[in-house]
Amino acid sequence: MASSDRLLQVHNLSVSFDTPRGEVNAVRGISFDLGREKLGIVGESGSGKSQTGRAILGLTGPGSRVTADRLEFDGINLLNADQATLRRVRGARISMIMQDPKFSLNPVMSVGRQIEEAYLVHTRANRREARERTLSMLASVQIRNPERVYDAYPHEVSGGMGQRVMIAMMMIPEPDIIIADEPTSALDVTVQLQVLAILDDMVSRRGMGLMFISHDLNLVASFCDRVLVMYAGRVVEVCEASQLHHAQHPYTRGLIGCLPSVSHPHEVLAVLDRDPEWATAPSAADP
Amino acid sequence: MTDHNGQTAGTGRAPSPPNRLRALVGVFFTIVLTFVGLTAVTFVISRVMPVDPVLAIVGDRASQEVYDQVYLRLGLDQPIWVQYLRYINSLLHGDLGTSIMTGQTVMSDIARFFPATLELATVATLLGVFVGIPMGVVAAVNQGRWPDHVVRVVGLIGYSVPVFWLGLVALLVFYAKLGWTGGPGRVEVYFDGIVEPYTGVLLLDAALAGEWEVFRNAVSHLILPATLLGTFSLAYVARMTRSFMLDQLGQEYILTARVKGVSEFRVIWGHAFRNVLVQLITIIGLTYASLLEGSVLTETVFAWPGIGSYITRGLFNNDMNAVLGGTIVVGACFVGINMLSDVLYRLVDPRAR
Repeated sequence: MASSDRLLQVHNLSVSFDTPRGEVNAVRGISFDLGREKLGIVGESGSGKSQTGRAILGLTGPGSRVTADRLEFDGINLLNADQATLRRVRGARISMIMQDPKFSLNPVMSVGRQIEEAYLVHTRANRREARERTLSMLASVQIRNPERVYDAYPHEVSGGMGQRVMIAMMMIPEPDIIIADEPTSALDVTVQLQVLAILDDMVSRRGMGLMFISHDLNLVASFCDRVLVMYAGRVVEVCEASQLHHAQHPYTRGLIGCLPSVSHPHEVLAVLDRDPEWATAPSAADP
Repeated sequence: MTDHNGQTAGTGRAPSPPNRLRALVGVFFTIVLTFVGLTAVTFVISRVMPVDPVLAIVGDRASQEVYDQVYLRLGLDQPIWVQYLRYINSLLHGDLGTSIMTGQTVMSDIARFFPATLELATVATLLGVFVGIPMGVVAAVNQGRWPDHVVRVVGLIGYSVPVFWLGLVALLVFYAKLGWTGGPGRVEVYFDGIVEPYTGVLLLDAALAGEWEVFRNAVSHLILPATLLGTFSLAYVARMTRSFMLDQLGQEYILTARVKGVSEFRVIWGHAFRNVLVQLITIIGLTYASLLEGSVLTETVFAWPGIGSYITRGLFNNDMNAVLGGTIVVGACFVGINMLSDVLYRLVDPRAR
């Protein structure tokens, strides 16, 4: 990867939380670069995928500690940036799509207002311009009746539509990087593909970098360019998405082995056999 | 899913006219039922209580003849349901009977006593809202740090220190020793009766009449009891606001707002608080209603001629007309405030529309 293509550089990133029962290390020294590509991050629950995404935005929350040798976006050191700088990056340059629109949209604010806000925070546009843009944004995530959805409240839209609203909201300031944290996990299977297609289309058309966080190996293999496999807060393997099914690491192989297959049905599905060594082995470096 | 755009975005909003009419009829029935229940229960209690309403009127030295006369006039020879229907009938004609203690109609008594309570309760509630809510929000935003601890201690004190003790101490310090405030009562005796009681709310009447000296004096009398009652509602409102706010700040839409780059001030007041407000409406409505009931202790300590002490004195004097009338007014307040908070609730929360 040419260095000019590197939007985001992460080196030796760690995230830990102070809890009453001591320190919990969610992410333990991971490194990767993100260009204008679709990077998949897979792993089980608690492997540190989501916290990696939040650490980039500086939103790991109270009681958290983020350290890194380098956490740099477009020449901005995100680790030491003040709140004002971070707010200018959030939304405008790096944005994040969350899992379930049922919870990630404000229930007492109309959908249009919420999308509009994402735009107004970063521009000097007036309300009328913002409304125009919001409507066209709603149209571009394939919502047929933007005027109507603009005035709707989150409880009045379906899950699939809610997630398209979310995409519109996060895309409207035209960020360079989108972090999608399990964007389709809460949706019906049929709707999942539609939402993915919209996301794919927008990311490719605008040449954004996408960090796609998921626990769905097959989805990531078919959707992304490159895949990071995380285990216990570390990156155990990095590979081209097309090569995922030929992955070397026993953990990745184990995960793949756990997937049921229609063409090769098994009587008993394999159970993941965890080697304690994986958790302590050095994090895989970016190739 | 795109096929459903039209329908999904439209459901659950703007109920059609017949729907709204049905809701109105429902509300009306609820009110009527509440009042029938309220009056029936209070009426029956007042009649089965081992007090002799006749004796209360004629006194124990009256002759049997006088006693019987009054007995018949009160309709006590009739079965209780007939008595109840008679009572309801006169109630609908705006007649709540005559009070034994004051010798006035209960209606005119209430017109005199209730505004005093209304004045006190409103000022106390405003204090609770405009001080309690910001306190709760500040505490939640600074959870675990010193502003939070301060608010929690203030909340605990306001909630647990007995009002009669705090009232007496406040009177002793601010009225007797320092002389900063007015003493017991609504206004100094020599100001009494200067302003025409249009509304009965002294502050309003004095302001309307342009009697600013009376107004100032009334404020100085109101300030202690209102602060005292206000502390109680403030403590409650602050505690509830804090816990609602903490709950909302942990929600995912807050993270969404932060991801968008929204300022922390807007995250708190523009996003979280609007959701907190939905829950607070009920709390504030209930607090206000319970203050309108009249807080007997505060009214007694400050010699405040309110509805709470009126009802209590009525009970002690076997003055059942006064008790019944007062109870109905308090009940009406409860119903009215509940309806009001229902309307506000619908305004603030789109899910309730």
